Amino acid sequence: MVAAAGIPMYDIPFLSVGGGIGSFVTLDYLRVYGVPTSQMRVVSNIDHPWQTYEFLTRCSQIPRPERIRSDSSSRPDNLWGFPSYALEEAWREKNPLFLFQIATEPILNDYWTPRAGTVFRNLEREAKRINYWDMLVKGQVRMVRRRAGGGYFTVVTPPEGTAPTKRIVFRSRFVHIAIGYPGLKFLPDLQEFRQKHGDYQHVVNAYEPHEQVYEFLKTRPGTVVIRGGGIVASRVLQRLFDDREKFGLQTQIIHIFRTFVTGSHGPHIWSRRKGGDGWAYQGFNYPKSVWGGQLKAEMRKLEGPARAQKYKEMGGTNTPWRRHWQEQMRAGRSGGYYHAVQGTVERVERAPDGRMLSYVRSKDGTVREPVSDYIIDCTGLEADIAEHRIFADLLRFGGAYRNPVGRLEVERHFEIKGTASGDGALYASGSATLGGYFPGVDTFLGLQIAAQEIADDLSRRGFCRKMGPLRSTSQWFKWAFNKAV
Amino acid sequence: MVPTLFGRIQTRLFLLATVGVVVTALIVPVLPGLSGPLSQDYRVAFLVLAAVAVLGVVWELIYHFLMQFRWEKDWPTLFGLLTLVPEGLLLFFLLRSGAIGSLIDPVPPASAFWTQFVVVWICVWLVSNGPMRVPFIRWRFRGGRVL
Repeated sequence: MVAAAGIPMYDIPFLSVGGGIGSFVTLDYLRVYGVPTSQMRVVSNIDHPWQTYEFLTRCSQIPRPERIRSDSSSRPDNLWGFPSYALEEAWREKNPLFLFQIATEPILNDYWTPRAGTVFRNLEREAKRINYWDMLVKGQVRMVRRRAGGGYFTVVTPPEGTAPTKRIVFRSRFVHIAIGYPGLKFLPDLQEFRQKHGDYQHVVNAYEPHEQVYEFLKTRPGTVVIRGGGIVASRVLQRLFDDREKFGLQTQIIHIFRTFVTGSHGPHIWSRRKGGDGWAYQGFNYPKSVWGGQLKAEMRKLEGPARAQKYKEMGGTNTPWRRHWQEQMRAGRSGGYYHAVQGTVERVERAPDGRMLSYVRSKDGTVREPVSDYIIDCTGLEADIAEHRIFADLLRFGGAYRNPVGRLEVERHFEIKGTASGDGALYASGSATLGGYFPGVDTFLGLQIAAQEIADDLSRRGFCRKMGPLRSTSQWFKWAFNKAV
Repeated sequence: MVPTLFGRIQTRLFLLATVGVVVTALIVPVLPGLSGPLSQDYRVAFLVLAAVAVLGVVWELIYHFLMQFRWEKDWPTLFGLLTLVPEGLLLFFLLRSGAIGSLIDPVPPASAFWTQFVVVWICVWLVSNGPMRVPFIRWRFRGGRVL
């Protein structure tokens, strides 16, 4: 049928859809396992795997020299995680203090985390080493459908003028979907304000470019409302505090927490997370043991509501406790320019002077009406997976279904349940699979754990050989000396 | 690596049986304070190593219990290093008090015991914090289980 329609069709055994860090680490694993580039393609609308990640981190105030929130041994460019980023930066910057910090984290020191620039530089090196760009096909994937004879068809719209037809099709035995976050979701009251007033300048999401906020505040004193209690709120706060200090600004900050954490919280002495001043504190996005310890082992056995309950217990917005941030907030509170309050925003309106008026109701019944020049939404809400056309299509026609927390249900080896086709398999990794047997999916290490599960499953199916200690060691030396796999 | 209970025990036994054995084999001839024949020194040193492994299984149960009080259910790198103090002191006390003296005879002098114990411990700690991941790519994702 495809051939009869005159649509060009390409056979490729393994196809990854997405082209971000999820696709990259999966292809990297398979290349190291020994799969040649001729067996794999990645379809993407971006040019290099860290492009979207870098855009989002830069918007949320982490330019290349700043540090991301990620463990030192979570290296998407190095599946062994050795040497860790801390060792590399200590060597490169001739700074043994990094080694002391990594050895004493998080007891005597904050967690050591890598600079964004270190991550990107190494990704580029590894992408070149595995010949990533030989596998890249530019285009927009429309859908992935099961094929009657087994395997899958992937329908792609190539960039205009690069192909004779509007669509091209890939026929593959294995497809891997790693398309990242389906999209940003705004807080409803902020969305309403933006639409009603057509104002996309003063009410912004922290993941959008919003440099105008900081530029405005340099020109005259202003007030900013921050919404949310996660890492992005911490980052934006730091930028506001830094600018205040660097340029002698008068910025006033009102920080609204819907859930205001006042101290350690949790149902049991064995499940209590630290907190205070509004925040819940945690080193990384998830408790550390989800990437290999106790929580990973426990979650792997849970089904249905028990799994959903476990996700709830360890979930909740949180941010790391960092000394520098604590100092800045303390100074802000005592200096009277940082005000953290609990409250739910009922609506946002335009004040008579053109600024924004938030109606904030606290749990104790107090109603506050702060007026601000800008509102920055740092809640980082994610859209539903069905907002993305590929997932919507899979849920409707592909046999896929949702897991206990509403995202895509996958097996322990990341095959999307219900989508098997003959001897082929359809895999997914990343944020869309949150709620599965493995929780830390939307993190560097989580993507690597998924990639390892997928690569091992592919070896069981005969697509590649499983990597044992000898090959692993010899491949590590190739990585270390930057030799082709 | 963030351990599970079985992972802890397996990692300890595996690393003592590999790194521990190699390091012990290398340093016995230069351990201070030993005066007996080399074969006897080796026998004692490997018995000490075995005692660290056997007692260690009990220690790992205690560490696992203590870890439950941590929200992240992790075991910071520093803990892995500092636990050499209670473990070393207990083993030293057991040797000196004669509690396991009948098994390890003659009891090594303090200088030989502490040199071997600390050097082996630091080597095991260093390997478990990095190089272990090079041959064993699944180890860190399985809570330290080798099998």
